[in-house]
Amino acid sequence: MSLILIAEQVLNGLQFGIMLFLMAAGLTLIFGVMGLINLAHGSLYMVGAFCAAAVAAATGSFALGLVAALAGAAAAGALIELVVIRRLYDRDHLDQVLATFALILIFSEGTRWVFGSFPLYLDVPQALAGPVSLPFGIQYPLYRLALIVIGLVVAAGLFWLIARTRIGVQIRAGENDREMIAALGVDIDRLYTFVFALGAALAGLAGALVGAIQSVQVGMGEPVLILAFVTIVIGGIGSIKGALVGALLVGLTETLGSVFLPELFKLFMAPAAATQTGASLSSMAIYILMAMVLIWRPTGLFGARA
Amino acid sequence: MRLSREAVFNLVVLAGLVALPLYAHLSDAPFTITLATRAVILSLAAVGLNIALGIGGLVSLGHAVFFGVGGYAMGILAFHAQNYTPLMEWPFVIEGTKSMPVIWLVAVVASALVALGIGLLSLRTSGVYFIMITLAFGQMFYYFTISWSAYGGEDGMSIYVRNGFPGLNTLVPVQFYGLCFTLLCAALAFNAVLLRSPFGLALNAARQVPERVRAVGLDPFRLRLVAFAISGAITGLAGALFADLNRFVSPTMFSWQLSGEFIVFIIIGGTARLFGPVVGAVLFVALEHFLGGMSDYWHIWFGLLLLGVVLFGKGGLIGLIAGRGRVHD
Repeated sequence: MSLILIAEQVLNGLQFGIMLFLMAAGLTLIFGVMGLINLAHGSLYMVGAFCAAAVAAATGSFALGLVAALAGAAAAGALIELVVIRRLYDRDHLDQVLATFALILIFSEGTRWVFGSFPLYLDVPQALAGPVSLPFGIQYPLYRLALIVIGLVVAAGLFWLIARTRIGVQIRAGENDREMIAALGVDIDRLYTFVFALGAALAGLAGALVGAIQSVQVGMGEPVLILAFVTIVIGGIGSIKGALVGALLVGLTETLGSVFLPELFKLFMAPAAATQTGASLSSMAIYILMAMVLIWRPTGLFGARA
Repeated sequence: MRLSREAVFNLVVLAGLVALPLYAHLSDAPFTITLATRAVILSLAAVGLNIALGIGGLVSLGHAVFFGVGGYAMGILAFHAQNYTPLMEWPFVIEGTKSMPVIWLVAVVASALVALGIGLLSLRTSGVYFIMITLAFGQMFYYFTISWSAYGGEDGMSIYVRNGFPGLNTLVPVQFYGLCFTLLCAALAFNAVLLRSPFGLALNAARQVPERVRAVGLDPFRLRLVAFAISGAITGLAGALFADLNRFVSPTMFSWQLSGEFIVFIIIGGTARLFGPVVGAVLFVALEHFLGGMSDYWHIWFGLLLLGVVLFGKGGLIGLIAGRGRVHD
């Protein structure tokens, strides 16, 4: 077990966590502002990935693919907000879960209908291909490093948007008192559509960026969706800061657990049994983490609202 | 005594569930019986969930856990029986078994215990946190069984001969159907009794006004925990039957989509109605069969239907047919 391996795994964990943050930020924003559970958030991630793969394949440009992912996911988000989600704000969580579950079915099968069942591939752009040398002799894929940087820039932009801009003030006010800011002349319907489209665009961006590492296929959004929910539950629903901390915790736990838990068990168990136990435990690690956080703080690390 | 429209409708559903497989048996259509068995087992699972969701107001998005625990209880016991290896040698020997009553008992006890454990942790939270934590527990079990290579891991395991029930040949479709149908009827009867029992009334009250329940000296947490355990046990029994129907167990029995589908059955049929889960599950299996036969993309149509029911049709199918009056509310 070398230091280089540990450093690499920490970077992998960071990269995964930051992509998770892009998903979780949208989910938590939508829950915080509108009180809505959106199970279809994973579908928007998938829409982003498919838009990017299709446009990149047609034009040969990864950057155009990213633009298409942002635009496509935001448009899909705005569309479902206008047609479906809008009717769900005043309903209980059960109705929201079901309606957005129905949206998953529609999106998944619709995508299968358009693109077929076979996965698409999205290549890493030429400029970002290959490894990069970091201090202490660490070789790391440049693309993954770029994902960390892009994610951090987007996260910073999001914090700036929420904390410093006029629309951020409206969003924060909307979390607290919907009637009051409507009375102050803010077009609440337009604000909600904007927040939903923003969350969708973030999910679509994450889908496109991750799509170049994994394959782009129907159903790719659901595992990420569950992880994003775990993230916001750990962080506290409605809190962007909580989403960031939760995402990094989940990303690091997931990545480091799968590498180091089997090693850890080998210290006092037979190798085969250790690999087995380590693998089972690491696949459950983040859920165990979540259970522990909730036992300690039932509304998550930074949460206020139940 | 005059029966309400809903009671008449329920009797019609029951009569249909008796008549259809009998007709299929006489006209030698075993596939129809298998389809009906599937519907009845899924109904049983949803009847279990409805005790937590309908009466208790606990939206569990992880009920497939109990379905899966029941399935694996069957799978593990039968696996050891067909390999002639003991399940446990120390401190005392436990052998596998192919006997359904024993398997059912184990499945019910195991899933009730798992439900108690999950309930103890999850019921500390409420609302959206409860939905999410039950979902996460489901994933925990899903990934655990995927990496559990002793019992097939991701590939699951096959049981070559269906387990036995004294005096019956369970390999004859209509006989196995009879068993499942009887258990469904028992669960429905239990549910009806529970609704009118002091426990059921207190649980119902704890969903509507927990403060008042607390004020009369009852503990809502404990009421919910017991309801959750009962609910999990019934869903676990359904899981054992489902595994026997397919003679196959795999981690997909734990998948969160299945948990979602259980909720869907209840909502399509009608929330907090005794027969809601049954009507919903039967309709789902029928749609899956007929829409699935017409189009490869039947999930789109099913999704649109579900969306329509949620957005515009309060009260589900039973509400549509039998009027809006609720069984209890």
